[in-house]
Amino acid sequence: MALRRSLPKLKAWGALKMKAYSYYPGCSDEATGIAYGISMRAIGDALGMQLDELEDWNCCGTTPYHVAEELEAICVAGRNLALAEEKGQDIVTGCNACFVTLGKTNQRLSNNPELRAMANEALAEGNLKYNGGLKVRHLLEVIVNDIGYDQIASKVTKKLEGLKVACYYGCQLTRPNLGFDDTENPQSMDKLVEALGAETVPFEMKARCCSASLVMSEEDLALGLINKILKNAQDNNADCIITACPLCQLNLDAYQSKAKKKNEEDYEIPVFFFTQLLGMALGISEKELAFKKGVVSSKKVLAPYL
Amino acid sequence: MSDNGTFVAEVRDVPGGEAINECIQCGTCTGSCPNAKYMDYAPRKVIYMIKAGMKEEVLSCNTMWYCATCYLCTARCPRDVKPTGIMNALASLSVRHKLTNKKTLTPIFYKAFVDVIRNNGRAHEGGMMMKAYMRIFWKKLKSNPIKAFGMISLVKMLPFAFSLLKRGRMPLKAKKIKDRDGFKAIIAKAQSLGGA
Ligand code: SF4
Ligand code: SF4
Repeated sequence: MALRRSLPKLKAWGALKMKAYSYYPGCSDEATGIAYGISMRAIGDALGMQLDELEDWNCCGTTPYHVAEELEAICVAGRNLALAEEKGQDIVTGCNACFVTLGKTNQRLSNNPELRAMANEALAEGNLKYNGGLKVRHLLEVIVNDIGYDQIASKVTKKLEGLKVACYYGCQLTRPNLGFDDTENPQSMDKLVEALGAETVPFEMKARCCSASLVMSEEDLALGLINKILKNAQDNNADCIITACPLCQLNLDAYQSKAKKKNEEDYEIPVFFFTQLLGMALGISEKELAFKKGVVSSKKVLAPYL
Repeated sequence: MSDNGTFVAEVRDVPGGEAINECIQCGTCTGSCPNAKYMDYAPRKVIYMIKAGMKEEVLSCNTMWYCATCYLCTARCPRDVKPTGIMNALASLSVRHKLTNKKTLTPIFYKAFVDVIRNNGRAHEGGMMMKAYMRIFWKKLKSNPIKAFGMISLVKMLPFAFSLLKRGRMPLKAKKIKDRDGFKAIIAKAQSLGGA
């Protein structure tokens, strides 16, 4: 009897605690960045974060879509904003490139009524409309602002003591300034790592470019940039690098052996998504966090914490 | 002063290029750019050339194709010119005017990427790479068949592809959105409304 009475209360409390977001996975989530998607879902429950996948989302278009007319690129990204607006929830993505493309499109459509009217003429062909004013947010920002460092620290069951982490932010998380963290020397991921009991190392290259999608067509240029970042992490004695973007992770992990060879260097640094490290500190199993998806092996580095 | 009809006005009218006239040629963008040394003309110079009306030189150069959209120039520009937006506008305009630089492969990859999205609503790395390399192959075959068969050296990419494939990081099958008709109709309409 007592149990039955307290159940609805418990449910209501749960609903209050769980915050819901329109989750925009982006195309890497089921491909090169599959470990990000898996680990993100694994930590969602533990942190009281409900990520509802945006129904029938499409690719945001990212940098390559600039070969098309800008209006087309704006409509391609804008379709997702219109879909999320129908839901009435903030749109959250874990990809830096999606974050900037959707965020910039959102700014343009929200601040420019003329452009919005034109885009809406096109969106109407798909029975959609965007009124403007939605929030586009990055997963890292949601985690540090809506949940917070203290709350996370209180949920840590396995302190990552002694682990030396280089936090790599890349470019499009903080630039152009969409209102989150410093554009040259961001700190949010470093603070998160400290909340998990691990150490951060100085990392001058933390917000420099990894070449993003240029790696496909300009590999020499890309391997130069990738090498500078990895070398810097090595020089600062990092055990691992963490990122908040599937493109950054792909470049630093999958191209690591090529970068090493081409530049005659010697490093072996596993590259994780910040969600994987966070999940480990929350006591989630290695398997659920998909560490095996990394090309550079994480075995040695993770051994003391398993 | 009206600048209608000039090249600088054309760039200004593409979303992203709006603030070009604010540039004071300080060179902060060039000093910040990680890829400036690969560019025919570094960012500050390209802006100068746009203002000088050098349309063909600018739209056919390689500069915008070496821009990785890292936004370092945009974050540091003292006049809020947003040089990254100008690079994006130049990519779009060079395609519009059919002046795309021939020496870099980036536009071919970008176009293949866009074609896959226009069709499926989703990106697909494998499909895009295939498309791009087929186009490069045909182009080479037409101009220099020996070079085309030199592309056989691409097999050296296989171990890399395999390292992702075996970890389930490179799906062979392309994903598609459900409402492809609606998506394509939106794109067709956006295209018919012309350059924004
Ligand atoms: S940093 Fe800004 S003002 Fe300075 S040259 Fe570049 S675009 Fe012009
Ligand atoms: S955004 Fe492009 S032009 Fe600007 S600094 Fe980065 S690579 Fe260079």
